[in-house]
Amino acid sequence: MTDHELQLKSFALRRAMLNLIVGAGAGHTGGGLSCMDILNVLYNRILNVSPQTFGDPHRDRYVQSKGHCVEALYAVLADRGFFPASDLATVCHYQSHYVGHPTRHIPGVEMNTGALGHGLPICIGMALAAKMDAASYRVFTLLGDGELAEGSNWEAGLAAAHYRLDNLAAILDHNTLQISGHTRDVMSNEPLDEKWRAFGWEVRSINGHDYAELTEALTAPSESGKPVFIIANTVKGKGVSFMENVAKWHHGVPSDAELKQALAELDASEAALKEAK
Amino acid sequence: MSAPAPSLFTPAAKATAEKLGLKMGRANLEEFAATLEELAKANPNIVAVTSDSRGSGKLAPFGKALPGQIVEVGIAEQNLVGITAGLAACGKKSFGVSPSCFLTARSLEQIKNDVCYSDVPAVLVGISSGTSYGALGTTHHSLHDLAVLRAINNLTIIVPADNFESRQAILAAAKATKPVFVRFGKAAMYGLHKPDTKFEAGKAITLREGDDVAFIANGETVIHAVLAAAHLAERGIQARVLSVHTVKPLDTEAVLNAGRECRAVITVEEHMVHGGLGEAVASALLHAGVCKPFRIVGIPDEETVPGAQADIFRHYGITMEGLSDTATKLLNK
Repeated sequence: MTDHELQLKSFALRRAMLNLIVGAGAGHTGGGLSCMDILNVLYNRILNVSPQTFGDPHRDRYVQSKGHCVEALYAVLADRGFFPASDLATVCHYQSHYVGHPTRHIPGVEMNTGALGHGLPICIGMALAAKMDAASYRVFTLLGDGELAEGSNWEAGLAAAHYRLDNLAAILDHNTLQISGHTRDVMSNEPLDEKWRAFGWEVRSINGHDYAELTEALTAPSESGKPVFIIANTVKGKGVSFMENVAKWHHGVPSDAELKQALAELDASEAALKEAK
Repeated sequence: MSAPAPSLFTPAAKATAEKLGLKMGRANLEEFAATLEELAKANPNIVAVTSDSRGSGKLAPFGKALPGQIVEVGIAEQNLVGITAGLAACGKKSFGVSPSCFLTARSLEQIKNDVCYSDVPAVLVGISSGTSYGALGTTHHSLHDLAVLRAINNLTIIVPADNFESRQAILAAAKATKPVFVRFGKAAMYGLHKPDTKFEAGKAITLREGDDVAFIANGETVIHAVLAAAHLAERGIQARVLSVHTVKPLDTEAVLNAGRECRAVITVEEHMVHGGLGEAVASALLHAGVCKPFRIVGIPDEETVPGAQADIFRHYGITMEGLSDTATKLLNK
């Protein structure tokens, strides 16, 4: 798929995500919108996974450490055919395995996540297993800004560099907001590039909504033999004007009117992009 | 310098062990390390993960012999469990080895989510468990581990009593397709079993028949129950001794049989009296309507008395003499 085609797909994915959040009556709207382009590129361009090959031991691994943005993942997995899109209507419903964080009950999900600070250590185990088996698969995780306050990330930061896991990439969905507000006000973590570089990682800072930059950052091999830390600069609530950069949309659920407006905005942006072609 | 470790056994207890023909073995921890190394030499898929704990875990020879099958994570237990889970998710038979006090407290969330909830076939090995670190104090005791782990779904919990059970537990864990926790202490242990004894996770082993009182014990306390049973027999009291090496799933059948067939039940464990084997047994008995005189012998809910493991056991009555006394009083009530 071309960048243009992937970008067009992103509107359908965002609409599916918003609809499922409204159906669930819960969800992480702002963060889901901020990481949607990352997931779109990962699942449609980078990861060698498909519903048919998900059991292949040589598949790339993706662990969503910021598990609360599962709604974006559900939308992408459904679009990739891991399960019927109609399943999305059951998210957070009684006896539905589509709970509010990823679980392995859902086709395409590698590990159960949701408690923060767990994905990176797990991915180190996976990347070490690949090295031990001389396997070529790569391992990816997606982290959130607020999540970086969890100390386990920094334990893992040491270990990944120590073992020179150049088959591992950690992507930070760097929208700079968390549930209580700006990360710089809650617990400042900058300068992230210097910190991760000092920990022994190769750091790539990109626009997390730019398909070419995402593709380059997620594809380029580590030149240094180091693990790669991708700071994907994103906008929380990306694509819906009244949600962008507003912390309350961290887990805000749109009203019917808000949903209508959000979907209309996405439709309009999609039409404009089609025109631009 | 540590103070010299006092003996876990009085001269009378040693004499009883001798009369029973019991032979002193090595520490369960050493048996674990030797067994794991043997298995790993035959199966390159086995990986040990340590948190600066290969010395404490007796895994230095493993590391020398199989450097490609050991992962050192430094003093970082959360990372240890996450990495162990990630390895298991990618087809490795991973054993995360760390002092039980840290493993089951600091990284409890990783055990709950990364291992048990994600359902990967990882093995978690709590070393120097219970009061093995004795005089180092409460920071280094794991008297909570069984309680917190019992409250987590999808985990087999094994507390071996002697070298035989330790080896068998590791053989079983290596074959398991589900998460397993095993805990090992540092003290040299008497051998309690004949080599042809059948070991199955989830099935208690009857070490002695009797119907006056049942000692339902696990781990490093079982020997003391065995000695107490012999001591009581000299006074005409017949004690049954069960080694309930698997705390979860509990062998309810063996527990209920003991409760129904004996006049009194005493549980014994190197654990806080809350949430461990004793309360698991009490729950099983009560649910089945079996109400007999009952005692949980363990570490009470207080700041644990300072001292070596032997001092602590003696202080709380986890000795041949202490358990005999508890049984006599309970039967005479």
